Amino acid sequence: MSTTPLLRVAGVNKRFGGLQALSDVGIEIERGQIYGLIGPNGAGKTTFFNVITGLYSPDSGSFELDGKPYSPSEPHRVAAAGIARTFQNIRLFPEMTALENVMVGRHVRTHSTALGAVLRTRATRREEEAIRQRAADLLAYVGVAKYADFQARTLAYGDQRRLEIARALATDPKLLALDEPAAGMNATEKLALRGLLENIRKDGVTILLIEHDVKLVMGLTDRVTVLDYGKVIAAGSPYEVQRDPAVIEAYLGGAHQNVATKDAA
Amino acid sequence: MRLFFPQWRHSKAAAIVATFVVGACLVLLPFVASEIGNAWVRALAFAALYVMLALGLNIVVGFAGLLDLGYIAFYAVGAYMYALLASPHLTNNFPALAAAFPDGFHSSIWLVIPLGAALAAFFGVVLGAPVLKLRGDYLAIVTLGFGEIIRIFLLNLNQPVNLTNGPQGITLIDPVSILGVSLARPANFFGISLPSVYLYYYLFVLLAVVSVVISIRLQESRLGRAWMAIREDEVAAKAMGINTRNVKLLAFALGATFGGVAGAMFSAFQGFISPESFTLHESIIVLAMVVLGGIGHIPGVILGAVMLAMLPEFLRATAVPVQRALFGEVVVDAEVLRMMLYGLAMVLVMLYRPKGLWPAPEHGKQRPGTAENAPSASIV
Repeated sequence: MSTTPLLRVAGVNKRFGGLQALSDVGIEIERGQIYGLIGPNGAGKTTFFNVITGLYSPDSGSFELDGKPYSPSEPHRVAAAGIARTFQNIRLFPEMTALENVMVGRHVRTHSTALGAVLRTRATRREEEAIRQRAADLLAYVGVAKYADFQARTLAYGDQRRLEIARALATDPKLLALDEPAAGMNATEKLALRGLLENIRKDGVTILLIEHDVKLVMGLTDRVTVLDYGKVIAAGSPYEVQRDPAVIEAYLGGAHQNVATKDAA
Repeated sequence: MRLFFPQWRHSKAAAIVATFVVGACLVLLPFVASEIGNAWVRALAFAALYVMLALGLNIVVGFAGLLDLGYIAFYAVGAYMYALLASPHLTNNFPALAAAFPDGFHSSIWLVIPLGAALAAFFGVVLGAPVLKLRGDYLAIVTLGFGEIIRIFLLNLNQPVNLTNGPQGITLIDPVSILGVSLARPANFFGISLPSVYLYYYLFVLLAVVSVVISIRLQESRLGRAWMAIREDEVAAKAMGINTRNVKLLAFALGATFGGVAGAMFSAFQGFISPESFTLHESIIVLAMVVLGGIGHIPGVILGAVMLAMLPEFLRATAVPVQRALFGEVVVDAEVLRMMLYGLAMVLVMLYRPKGLWPAPEHGKQRPGTAENAPSASIV
């Protein structure tokens, strides 16, 4: 295995009007890691996520996936390069079936054209069959196979989260970026999710995880970066980070009394 | 067929029988209609053209969810293209062309159909490119403007060089002729003499059937899924690797091709076209067909197109006699009545069947116990 990290992002700056949402943020994720990105509310985790997946364009920064620079200017290019994501507020295609949702994920790895579809060529039919098969396999992999023909919006909350992961996996990502996958889950669902993420890692997909649930992050991740007010305040193993005074201060308020005013900003 | 009768999905025999019955009905329909009056056959031919138009618009509005109020522009593009390529207009106005083509332009249908489709697709991209970032109301306004721009160009392009003959329109357009058989004259098949309008009816029905097949295949393809994904959640679609720009442009272009071909056929059928046939009003009628029938659902769209296309003929036949019988005089003119009924039909459909007269069946199954379908009994 090569020594270059799978994802190397450095010097990311992003400003929304008067708010410096990200200043000089960078991370390096090794292959096969589960990497945690944590921080208090409003720390810029989701903004950072949106920047590396191409939904927001950064003011500056360098981006490298698998040793190759990629431009986070268009989300579909990022997906093609090999980063797939889920959303903090689940964004499935609500009126499509669970299976179709995952089939959409195969779009970026398939090629049949409008003409092929109209003429229903052999290649198109074969590809369509392969898409369907792979989508069905992925539904089984995340454990929602029995709902394949159900509308996505009618699935239970935890199943929707899993379906979103299946849809992201359908793009054959090198890096799976999950924005608070455990949000709103009960303890049983969280345990099952943890098992799923460990399986995904075992199957060779690196995971970047934003999570609020500190217990989940500490138990699951290999490395953690902590953001606060758009800056990296700590990075290291979960054990180190937990004991970092800057992290404790960011989470618990510490001695500083200007937290409230900063929050207002 | 399985799209029209989902309950027959598993029976191949039933599907074949249904295809045969529907085919036979379509073949025999003009003979039945002509018993009432020959105008009805003409109306049926137009209905087939409107089915093509409505299906084309359905790709943009129904599949991809992009509201287009200028769709008739593509119809106009196809119609004028055919008119210019198959009438003496250009050779009359440009001596150089007349010298090059002493017999005048007479284009074959095999050239016109692909060319009409391609030209309309090009205009589809021309319209699509600047409106990619617009949605909803804004998109509607810009497309409406596009439709009007095309019409006003056609109206005014008689100067400085006379390209479209302005408001007078183009006359003496060749009829369609297939393999040497001109559709303008009655033709004999197996001892039955078929009048010209029958021939056009059959041609248009054939094209409409091809449009239906293309629509179904597109909807069930990788591209169809991408359109649906964009309609449902554009941001998520992008994040899943769909190049929304190209996929939307494809929707505009493919939708426009149906309009272009229908326009060329219209031009040949009428023998005369003018910008008057391509007003905003026509765009709205086609959109009404899509919405009334069942947006995004192919059988519904066909139903809407046939209903609204046949309505004027129906009213022409009934409005005057019925009013004579009821009031002893004609109170409301048939044309006025038509507009009133369009309006009334739209209001009623929006109130009572907001998804159209023949909407898509609930897509996929509903999970039991979800809030939206608490009293569900029809699961699995």
